[in-house]
Amino acid sequence: MSLSRFIQRALSEWMRGKGPQSEIVISSRVRIARNLAGMPFPMLATSSQSADVVRRVEEVLRQGDVHPALKGAEMIRMDDLSELEKRVLVEKHLISPQLAEESRYGAVVLSENEAVSIMINEEDHLRIQCLFPGFQPQEAWKLADELDDWFENRLSYAFNEKKGYLTSCPTNVGTGIRASVMVHLPALAMIQQLNRLFPAITQVGLAVRGIYGEGSEALGNLYQVSNQVTLGQREEEIIDKLQGVVRQMIQHEQNARTRLKETSLTQLEDRVHRSFGILSTARVISSKEAMERLSDLRLGIDMGLLTGISANVMNELMVMTQPGFLQQYAHMRLDADERDIRRAVLIRERLSAEEG
Amino acid sequence: MQCQECGKRPATLHYTKIINGEKTQFHLCEVCAQEKGEQIPGLETGFSIHHLLSGLLNLDSQAPDDQPPEMAARQKGLRCPTCGLTYNQFSKIGRFGCSDCYRAFGDRLDPLFRRVHGNTAHRGKVPQRTGGQLKIRREVERLQSELSRRIQNEEFEEAARLRDRIRALQEKLEG
Ligand SMILES: [Zn+2]
Ligand SMILES: [Zn+2]
Repeated sequence: MSLSRFIQRALSEWMRGKGPQSEIVISSRVRIARNLAGMPFPMLATSSQSADVVRRVEEVLRQGDVHPALKGAEMIRMDDLSELEKRVLVEKHLISPQLAEESRYGAVVLSENEAVSIMINEEDHLRIQCLFPGFQPQEAWKLADELDDWFENRLSYAFNEKKGYLTSCPTNVGTGIRASVMVHLPALAMIQQLNRLFPAITQVGLAVRGIYGEGSEALGNLYQVSNQVTLGQREEEIIDKLQGVVRQMIQHEQNARTRLKETSLTQLEDRVHRSFGILSTARVISSKEAMERLSDLRLGIDMGLLTGISANVMNELMVMTQPGFLQQYAHMRLDADERDIRRAVLIRERLSAEEG
Repeated sequence: MQCQECGKRPATLHYTKIINGEKTQFHLCEVCAQEKGEQIPGLETGFSIHHLLSGLLNLDSQAPDDQPPEMAARQKGLRCPTCGLTYNQFSKIGRFGCSDCYRAFGDRLDPLFRRVHGNTAHRGKVPQRTGGQLKIRREVERLQSELSRRIQNEEFEEAARLRDRIRALQEKLEG
């Protein structure tokens, strides 16, 4: 398969799209956890009960009046996928590692553009997830809310007047909502302001963590900001707060970019062009270096220092250079050294396709 | 070696599982192992393996140190009648077994909710189809607090009007 065809089939809406504020915000996601009434949570459900959950969701989707966002949606059972295929879905942020590796009778309902993914038999019976490009937490919530209503009209949820929607984990109870925004903060990282910004975010009850990499190290300067509290606040309050805080983060990042441009334009240009040079010529590249260079590249594009390359190159490549994707594209298992070579090839091809 | 699941506690349980024909190694701490014990495929009765595992790992017999013994004993005895999960198991795993666990463990959960959420009561969305009653009840509660405020202010005319509205809503609830 040619690279362009592979990309066409590989891209989710959030990777392709140019949503609002996309020069800083990569994607916005809302996920709500729901369980069916009168059925143990997946952890304690018997095999036949878990199979029944899948069957009931499938039945509801087969009835004619499906919600527009689910038109053409497909249900995929984890048992029908190879390890590699599951891994690709994880890398595209459409399912969780837990659903891929640990679930019994796990399944996912994927909408055509992959903006909606509904995990079945993960930690809860249903995890309705809406993933939008750019800064659109309200839109993601609106759709998740509608889909939730649509399902609730056809399935009975475990709900309790005092505690709201009941979930397997006490950290999700109440609204069951987890809203998150993925942001790219290279300028704040360069001027070393993140360690001042993040504690403030934690203090207002939001969590912030690196998307790639382990521990405190965030590869590619990509961070996810999400709500922690699910009980005792209304959904709109939760979304509003997240939106307000992220809006401030965007402002800080923009200020930092302006300052860098004013004080160290040449150094910045040098860094961006060096990274572009390496990405377009390297023969071997680790995932860590690729993420860092792609972050530079993206910053250069967003600040107008590098022209002729579309901004979504980073969204695409940061997912497509993950181990699962590389192996899927190569149609074979690859060890770490082979992956570093394939990664370099894929990046070179992708960048030259951009110029051509 | 650290537990591969939580990365926090030391791994004490090591085993190999075959997933889709592939051997996968697991190195887990006791808490995560107990949690994963549910997910050993092919077992129809999820709970019995759970119980067996927790028994093996001696989790069930350990009372938290910082509790008076009689309270610990009472909590240990607390068990969800629907799924069989004990309060003690819940406090080790951090997961409920079914929606009835919430009722079974009751107010004892509130300190936990307060710690995690800073709140103990849901204020968000209510199911459209089955939540109609709750919506009315919330309105009644709101009117009742307004009623007592009016009475305190000696606004008896307005209070009487509110009382009628509350009565009408309550009839709707009963009917
Ligand atoms: Zn662990
Ligand atoms: Zn229970």
